[in-house]
Amino acid sequence: MNSIIRSTARCLRAGAWQYRTAQNNGELLSGWARLMCSSSAAQKTLEEMVKKDKVVVFIKGTPAQPMCGFSNAVVQILRMHGVDNYAAYNVLDDQDIREGIKTFSNWPTIPQVFFNGEFVGGCDILLQMHQSGDLVEELQKLGIRSALSDQEKESK
Amino acid sequence: MSVTPDLIREKLIAEIGAIHVDVEDTSPNRCAASFKVLVVSPQFEGKPLLQRHRMVNNCLAEELKEIHAFEQKTLTPEQWEKQKAQ
Repeated sequence: MNSIIRSTARCLRAGAWQYRTAQNNGELLSGWARLMCSSSAAQKTLEEMVKKDKVVVFIKGTPAQPMCGFSNAVVQILRMHGVDNYAAYNVLDDQDIREGIKTFSNWPTIPQVFFNGEFVGGCDILLQMHQSGDLVEELQKLGIRSALSDQEKESK
Repeated sequence: MSVTPDLIREKLIAEIGAIHVDVEDTSPNRCAASFKVLVVSPQFEGKPLLQRHRMVNNCLAEELKEIHAFEQKTLTPEQWEKQKAQ
């Protein structure tokens, strides 16, 4: 029992996506530890990822080259507000991230937007926030001055 | 394709009290099953956007497993009346 706990703790500390089999565990034990390790380590890593930067997005493609219309919409909205300093993770590069982030935020689709480590929503929500003027306000709370902050809010 | 606009509409009416549902099948524009829905329900009253969208997601949890792309707009009856008047 102790050896399982030790090897799991080692895995989590390492923050590795892949579990490297501990030397003295049998095949069955390392398989179980690998399964437990990869999902909890993955979720822990995602938690760190969304908290590391004020604005974090998970998209298909990159800000320079989005590979999906909805992901592109998120990139364009952020660009319009002059937000260019944000973390963007390409889910097409990593299937673990692509599936893990859906579990993490309990949200079925990509793109996903996080402000200060908190899930905001997908493209629809960001678009509505942009149209209503709420996005300018939310960015302000993050200490980011939107390029559109001088424009009048659309009447609700 | 087992997910149909009618199925989506029925579920939204039955499970979150939608008084109006528009379902657009946007699959022809994309590579796989895709839908765009407008849902109007009094149950959205007082709820922030994210919570409304989660209500819809939970209602359609099974269907979303098969759907590739999903767009949604959630309005209260009052918001919908305003939108229609514009």
